[in-house]
Amino acid sequence: MTRYALRRLLMTLPVLLGLSVIVFMIMSLIPGDPAMAILGSYATPENLARLRADLGLDLPLPQQYLVWLGNIVQGDLGRSFTLNRPVLDEVMERFSATLILAGTSLVICTLVGVAAGIISAIRQYGWADRIITLLVLVGISVPAFWLGMLMIMLFAVELRWFPVSGMYSIYGGGGLTDLLRHLALPSIALAVVAAGVIARLTRSNMLEVMRQDYIRTARAKGLDESRVVLRHAFKVALVNLIPVIGVQAGFVIGGAVYIETVFQWPGIGRMLVNAISTRDILLVQGGVLVVAASYVLFNLCADLLQHWLDPRIKA
Amino acid sequence: MSETLLEIRQLTRTFGGGRRWLAPAHPGVHAVQQVDLDVQRGDTLGIVGESGCGKSTLARMLVGLDTPSSGSIRYSGVDLQRLRRRDRHALSRRIQYVFQDPLSSLNPRKRVRDILAAPLRYLRGLEGQALERRLGELMEVVNLRPEFITRYPHEFSGGQAQRIGIARALAAEPEVLVLDEPVSALDVSVQAQVLQLLRRLKREFDLTYLFISHDLSVVETISDRIAVMYFGRIIEQATARQLFQYPAHPYTRLLLGSAPVPGGPPIQAEAGDAELPDPLAPPPGCAFAPRCPRARDECRGELPTLDKLPGRADHHAACLYPAEGSWRRFSTTNTQEGAG
Amino acid sequence: MKAFIESLARNRLAAFGAIVLLLLVLLALITPWLPLADPDITFPANRLHPPLSEGNLLGTDALGRDILSRLLWGLRVSLAVGIAASLVAALIGSLIGIVSGYFGGRTDNILMRGIDMLMAFPYILLALAIVAVLGPGLMNALYAIAIVNIPFFARNIRGVTVGIAHREFIDAARLSGKGDLRILASEILPNVLPVIVITLSTTVGWMILETAGLSFLGLGAQPPQADLGSMLGEGRRMMINAPHVAMLPGLVIFILVMSINLLGDGVRDALDPRLKSGALSRPAPMTRIRRRLTGKHQDDAGTSPASALLTVDDLHTDFEMGRDIYRAVNGVSFTIHSNECLGLVGESGSGKSVTALSLLGLVASPPGVITGGRIEMDGRDLLGLSAREMRRIRGKDVAYVFQDPLSTLHPLIRVGDQLVEAIRLHQPLSRGAARELAVTLLGQVRIPNPQRRAEQYPHQLSGGMRQRVGIAMALANDPRLIVADEPTTALDVTVQAQALALIQRLREDKGTAVLFITHDFGVVSQVCDRVAVMYAGRIVEVGYTADILDAPRHPYTRRLIDCVPRLGEPDNEPTAIPGLPPAANALPEGCAFADRCDLAEAACRHGEIELIATDAGRQVRCIKPLGLPVHARAGVAP
Repeated sequence: MTRYALRRLLMTLPVLLGLSVIVFMIMSLIPGDPAMAILGSYATPENLARLRADLGLDLPLPQQYLVWLGNIVQGDLGRSFTLNRPVLDEVMERFSATLILAGTSLVICTLVGVAAGIISAIRQYGWADRIITLLVLVGISVPAFWLGMLMIMLFAVELRWFPVSGMYSIYGGGGLTDLLRHLALPSIALAVVAAGVIARLTRSNMLEVMRQDYIRTARAKGLDESRVVLRHAFKVALVNLIPVIGVQAGFVIGGAVYIETVFQWPGIGRMLVNAISTRDILLVQGGVLVVAASYVLFNLCADLLQHWLDPRIKA
Repeated sequence: MSETLLEIRQLTRTFGGGRRWLAPAHPGVHAVQQVDLDVQRGDTLGIVGESGCGKSTLARMLVGLDTPSSGSIRYSGVDLQRLRRRDRHALSRRIQYVFQDPLSSLNPRKRVRDILAAPLRYLRGLEGQALERRLGELMEVVNLRPEFITRYPHEFSGGQAQRIGIARALAAEPEVLVLDEPVSALDVSVQAQVLQLLRRLKREFDLTYLFISHDLSVVETISDRIAVMYFGRIIEQATARQLFQYPAHPYTRLLLGSAPVPGGPPIQAEAGDAELPDPLAPPPGCAFAPRCPRARDECRGELPTLDKLPGRADHHAACLYPAEGSWRRFSTTNTQEGAG
Repeated sequence: MKAFIESLARNRLAAFGAIVLLLLVLLALITPWLPLADPDITFPANRLHPPLSEGNLLGTDALGRDILSRLLWGLRVSLAVGIAASLVAALIGSLIGIVSGYFGGRTDNILMRGIDMLMAFPYILLALAIVAVLGPGLMNALYAIAIVNIPFFARNIRGVTVGIAHREFIDAARLSGKGDLRILASEILPNVLPVIVITLSTTVGWMILETAGLSFLGLGAQPPQADLGSMLGEGRRMMINAPHVAMLPGLVIFILVMSINLLGDGVRDALDPRLKSGALSRPAPMTRIRRRLTGKHQDDAGTSPASALLTVDDLHTDFEMGRDIYRAVNGVSFTIHSNECLGLVGESGSGKSVTALSLLGLVASPPGVITGGRIEMDGRDLLGLSAREMRRIRGKDVAYVFQDPLSTLHPLIRVGDQLVEAIRLHQPLSRGAARELAVTLLGQVRIPNPQRRAEQYPHQLSGGMRQRVGIAMALANDPRLIVADEPTTALDVTVQAQALALIQRLREDKGTAVLFITHDFGVVSQVCDRVAVMYAGRIVEVGYTADILDAPRHPYTRRLIDCVPRLGEPDNEPTAIPGLPPAANALPEGCAFADRCDLAEAACRHGEIELIATDAGRQVRCIKPLGLPVHARAGVAP
């Protein structure tokens, strides 16, 4: 197991490297002068010249990349000209807000999705199954940003159960309860789509597994149905679902971009959208790099978990 | 004496091996090792062995679906690899293949017509009227009703599908048919039908067969000569009669003793575990030695070669201490030596 | 194609989705000719009219533009962009997938590493990065969404292609003289196409959502162009005082995507052959039992002989597939005595396995239904038991050994734990004691080093070893009857010899009765005391093994024995049985074998042919059994 983990960890290095190349290309592919793009159109010629030297913009592209990579490895993602602060600081602050939102969402959608999927599979063609199937269909068809607005209108504006937006109350906020109250609506809005997908795949996976010969063996032993479903069938379905949840984590982080905009959540998605609009290239690069790298690491964990649960996968 | 059509020398196929990135180096798996075989024109050579013995890999190399790692196959004196390089189709016009699973060897989305027309068109260059005529002939030759030609494979039973597979192979007008477990997937009553058909076709078209099977009794009824494979090597080779009457290799005797015959005497089972050696770490000597009750120390150190048995015409065995005498099912153990 | 459309139309939800989608597409197509206000002309005096105001059916937005007009024009844009992005992604992704899957090796490696790289980005983030490079705009959003979705197609299609490329018909095509390009175009593509269509139809909706999302963020369609996403984005700012501005485009997106998804699911169900046969249904814990009270022996319960362990009487099991009813077991009766091995022999489709599984209600249901008969054990009718009572018999009084030990053992549970589970279900043992017993059992089935083997998973054992575990599991609770369903068919002949010897020895030691299902007369003659031959769902002959092998009475039995080649008799060329067994959904009247029998006469094709007793424990379902003088035939009582 440790050996496998080590190997897998080493194998993510080229992926991370490739990722950095793609992110680097964001800068080099942008038409025009990158230094101008980074510093904004009001930059002084001296500043522009200094930045060009710093980034090695007069060097050939591969060397530029190495200079850039070297800076990143030292934790230097550059300075955002719109915010006038180091990119790393801004990204980390925003990313932690996104992690809170997306993490909560991922937990919600996994729990709800898996539970709904199992119920749906056990009661195949029954009423519960039909209702869940319909809800799933609605869930994967509804635009998350629109759903968020509907939820604000209903639960925040009309019923006043939850705050309209933000992460903490401006006056007297800051506690955990305050955070949770702010978290409720956006995390649920964000979880809906992923929950639908997970429920759907859990259902089809369970149905697939329930037809396997070893389930018949379990029944032939005299096992009662709840143990057949939960111990024998779900065990296999779970292993198959882990990569699905890994992919859904990507969707949740991506969907956070919309939800953060709707709920004014100070996360990295909103930061990126703003940075793109203001053409703050370094901020975009830094944000994309950090999120993508964490996503790669998350998937690495999912992979290790699956390997740990499924002895059949060999190192 | 009849002419030697296929000459196989030191044929070896290794899978995998070498270093993988960030993985420990591992040796390759020898699926087929140093196989020597001659097939006479018009003969049926049976190849028997259990799963994992390399018989299918051998078959696939003969028709060019796989390439040997070393060694040579000569067809009428011409090297097969050279033949393939010169003309991709030359080999397929001479040697054809019949697959084990009749349904999975037919494209489910193609009609029988398209399946049979492909070799006629690409290997024999037939078009139009000539093609149609040949299609009709092929269907007749394998006893299928002409109207079946517009159907899809899933509309056929296993036996009928296997006839289509045979017709497809015959369409190329080959001289040699490699039959890889052609009846194993079929029910016994259908199996007999297909075997009968194969016998008739061989007579009608002067075919040479390589008949691969795990079923000794099937091989016995159809073969002139038989080669027994174990762990990638041929361990015994003889005429069918000779092999079944005087099996020399202990493994051959074990196979014969394990096969249940309707109304026959009780079969014998080995006492130990009937497992193949680890293909990644093969034993140094005879691969069968760990299971062999006759094995002595030399067997575990020295690799036996496939040698002609003294006093027997045309009977080869790869065993340092071959069993002698005729074999009877009634012997109490499969290792009991004959009277001599 | 016709069948596809029919099955789509039968699916009511999908049909509904198709109609809604068709309407929306039609509306979008005719929009330029509708009498609508110009969507882009602002009219500040008319700003934020509520719906149903005069002149503006759905009201106006913050710039006084007619919302209805903008919705329809926006729908056009969203549909066009969504579909275009899907097609681009499907085309490029499928191409990569097919090439990668077919050629494999280095090509596959390079292409898939590239795809992995794209997938390393959390979905929409990559689209954002692409838009960041290209700059905001509708076309750029289209490219971004298309690129982001390429990996899904590539991966999906590659997986399917790899599966097909290794099928034998590809080898067959190669041997037929087809080159790589021809094989890709004429062999692979027709098989992959349905998967492409399914993937496409299930992702179009998603892609429309995503392009709308980019526009919503202000990165897609740029003002003044109307697009459903950007309308929603503009409406967000006045969400509280003029909710309709944001709600309406959201609703249209929702309806559009919902209709596409409904249709997409329908397309998937119609194209996926596994769903077609209803195979994705979850089998119920117990076979459905729906006995019609027409059976001959329903009234006289408990008529079985005293020595009988289990008596099956007139068992019927059907498979209901759509409108067809396949009579898999069609009136089977037999008795197993204590400490006896009864063989059930037949070819595939003869109903032997279904009979075996019916005993404890293990036939998958749907589609299986037990429609008649009794199965009697200890004076109780097993088919009348509740699920709870049935569970007490399963694995305790009657245990099963199945054919393929790899698929019948749970892949993720250690073999020792699987044994412990079986033991503790029926015996009040502690975990530790059950564990000891499990190891003992593994030793009894001659597994070397049982202590260590108990800790292993099934995939770590060889085929023969796995089947021993299967046998050990059946023995766990000292059952009185073991039902062995082709237990040695998947094994090599030397391994089979060992498994048969093991079963034989255990039977002698423990006195367990065995119902042995097989197609192999050789195996039967090794282990069975008596044998019942099945054909087309019925027993056609039953008797002592030696008697039947020596002198079969039923023509089918005789011919079945004759078509097996016998080792050591090379000159005894097996004779084939012409023709095929009848289809189980169209069984003929009279004897089912009559059409293939060279002795058949007119009487064979009429009425019910009973199983009649002939000589010494023998019963034959034939009106003129072989080897009996004519007067003897007439004399036997039914």
